[in-house]
Amino acid sequence: MNRISLPAPLREELSTIAVDGYPYETCGVLVGACADDEVRVEKVFQARNLNTERARDRYVLDPDDLMSADLAAREAGLEIVGFWHTHPDHPARPSETDRQAAWDGYSYVILSVSGARVEDLRSWRLNGEGFVEEQVAA
Amino acid sequence: MSSVIVRIPTPLRGFAEGQSEIAAEGADVGAVLSAVGAAHPELLARVMKDDGQPREFVNIYLGSDNVRTLDGMDTPVGEGDVLSILPAVAGGAE
Repeated sequence: MNRISLPAPLREELSTIAVDGYPYETCGVLVGACADDEVRVEKVFQARNLNTERARDRYVLDPDDLMSADLAAREAGLEIVGFWHTHPDHPARPSETDRQAAWDGYSYVILSVSGARVEDLRSWRLNGEGFVEEQVAA
Repeated sequence: MSSVIVRIPTPLRGFAEGQSEIAAEGADVGAVLSAVGAAHPELLARVMKDDGQPREFVNIYLGSDNVRTLDGMDTPVGEGDVLSILPAVAGGAE
């Protein structure tokens, strides 16, 4: 199983964004470094959700925000290691919609958020046609 | 013809001998990417469709501009420009 290191302050940052954004999906970029089977997240960025018509259950991450995160990552000697988004009132498991757009080689962190709290946080990695779960460590 | 730097995202570096950047020449975005693809065909196949357009879940940036907002793959490039290949990220609970 792959492992992703997501330090508590970054997890807290994501939780705050997720709760503030409820009942709409929020999304963003994970920046850090990869070594062997471990991903280390060092910064998280929030991006705009361009899907305003179905913002409760869909997201399109603003590519301009992704480009900005990529520049910031490179300037810091880091790289984009994955993405995060929320599932309001849904489990922290990837949907078919998530699978269709996913790339091999990135981590996809999903936060299940319900009302005022995050119910669950899990990370996934595409492996061929399906997702496999990653171990999330602090 | 201009010499351009093409930035390769981490998941695609395995199709580019591990390189994070590749220098290539061309007059426009499509020509530069095709030049990269001549040496790294598996990389190109993951970025462009057979019709020469970017794949659905791929964005190409020239500097800080998405080429979809310019002239697409026909966008002219200049000496020293930087092209970035990035994923188009989407999904959702349903």
